[in-house]
Amino acid sequence: MEALLALVIGVLTACGVYLALRGRTFPVVLGLTLLSYAVNLFLFAMGRLAIGRPPIITEAAGAYTDPLPQALVLTAIVIGFAMTAFVIMLALKARAELGSDHVDGRE
Amino acid sequence: MNAHLAIAPVLLPLLAGIVLLLMRHVDIRVRRVLSVAAVVMEIGLGLALLTAVADGDILVYALGDWPAPYGIVLVADRLSAWLLLTTALLALFALLYALRGIDVSGRHFHVLFQLQLFGLAGAFLTGDLFNLFVFFEVLLLASYGLLLHGGGRLRTRAGLHYVVLNLAGSTLFLFAVGTLYGVLGTLNMADLARQVAATPAENVPLVRAAGLLLFGVFALKAALLPLHLWLPAAYAQASAPVAALFVIMTKVGAYSILRVDSLIFGAGAGPVAGLLAPWLLPLALATLAIGALGAVASRHLRVQVAYLVVASAGSLLTAFGLASAEGIAAGLYYLPHTTFAAAAAFLIADAIAARRGELADRLDPGPTLPGNRVLGGLFFVIAVAIVGLPPLSGFLGKFLLLRAALDHAWLAGVMATVLVAGLLTLIALARSGSLLFYRSHGHAPASPAAGALLAELAPVAGLLLLVGALTVAAGPAAAYVEATASQLLQPYQYIHAVLGGG
Repeated sequence: MEALLALVIGVLTACGVYLALRGRTFPVVLGLTLLSYAVNLFLFAMGRLAIGRPPIITEAAGAYTDPLPQALVLTAIVIGFAMTAFVIMLALKARAELGSDHVDGRE
Repeated sequence: MNAHLAIAPVLLPLLAGIVLLLMRHVDIRVRRVLSVAAVVMEIGLGLALLTAVADGDILVYALGDWPAPYGIVLVADRLSAWLLLTTALLALFALLYALRGIDVSGRHFHVLFQLQLFGLAGAFLTGDLFNLFVFFEVLLLASYGLLLHGGGRLRTRAGLHYVVLNLAGSTLFLFAVGTLYGVLGTLNMADLARQVAATPAENVPLVRAAGLLLFGVFALKAALLPLHLWLPAAYAQASAPVAALFVIMTKVGAYSILRVDSLIFGAGAGPVAGLLAPWLLPLALATLAIGALGAVASRHLRVQVAYLVVASAGSLLTAFGLASAEGIAAGLYYLPHTTFAAAAAFLIADAIAARRGELADRLDPGPTLPGNRVLGGLFFVIAVAIVGLPPLSGFLGKFLLLRAALDHAWLAGVMATVLVAGLLTLIALARSGSLLFYRSHGHAPASPAAGALLAELAPVAGLLLLVGALTVAAGPAAAYVEATASQLLQPYQYIHAVLGGG
């Protein structure tokens, strides 16, 4: 499972970096989104991977999973979501004002 | 009251921002008064905090009373208070300049301005690495809105680059934070400092990678070479008061580098001690050189000032990169000076551009400016301050920096770069000044009433008075920054204040 998750994060990051380096705003936004997915999974995995364990210590539970990365990733998702919405609006504004969807406004 | 002093500077701009948002339909004059009042109170809080920590106390505020390292803490030490006061003073004059109509050229200027201050205050006061990320995002989101304030094609393009770069930077920040948490199991900075010293050998490469990634992110904010390319376009396109406020944003990067370097990767960090040392000084010197060269090559006044901000980030990080108490103290003395001087330069560049019609801030000979004596006089004083000529505090800052470098292995490199960069800056500003004020043609158009000109330039004069105050009060200020530097080099005080006991 660890190898699979590492592979997923790696592929997402690689695709994100590739797209973010493109010249048009739409691929750039997609690239940033993929990067934020990758980092969210990465943060989540930092609490170590465990299946079926509760995040809260109770008498009954023998082992538990670290709840903090879940809280961190929730914050990161909210911020990433707001940022993506903002950058999409900005890209549309740039498209309208510069007359081109190239990041430098060139054709 | 004293118990809550560490959180008050964070809450005040947030509340002011919320109130201003709710009052968005109220008359603009009421909102202006409220916004200025909030900034003045922030200065008061900055002063109160500075007095409270001046004798070496470290105020710790545990949010929700959850003890560190489990809860989030705000920590106010000498360094935080110094930066907070600098920010609040700068914000007051930037805001006063904006009141002349720039604040109504778009929506929600005052709300975004207050939220920017909220993010800045939080970044300086937080004692938790993830919380630092959150405050970075707060101040960045507000800065995106402020940068785009007023609209315009070029501004939108510069804004797009700025936003995309910073989003990529935020992602790297999260990767670094995630790695540190995965390896060390904490994000509280004091606890990180304690854990990092006991890193087992197999985890050292991971901690090093995370630390350098973090350094990369802060270098992006601080505009350190080669991550400085975004700054000239963004700052030159922003409206004048926004550009003036943004001058402090590169200092947030420099602050973060200093804090993380001294606290987490300082001398007591065992296997990862001195992580940044091989990188910081050479990069800072290169940044200083490229900033000075850019200033000479600029063909627009605002771009020139933006390159001077790059150069000042280089000087600042050179001082921090010396990694000695004298070096850090020199940098901390230089920091408010360069912030105020560069902000004043952005404001005067705007006032000049507004009087040159089509030419705006292009560095070509143009018509004689109305009120050119006052403008020229202020430009001269600002240039003296930025270049670091006597008698202003810039000279003292450069002098302290060079004196701190005397015992350093890199003495020749530091000396040569700082002095040559100073000379290049002098040439650049002298050329701009003579182009703008001497090589003008035609008679001066009828000057506007002297009172109106003075009212417009009062914030610029105010910033210069602060530079003057920093010069006159150089003794107490130098004593304070030396105490700050010695506090930073004894991170166990910070760790002890946050975690208690151990």
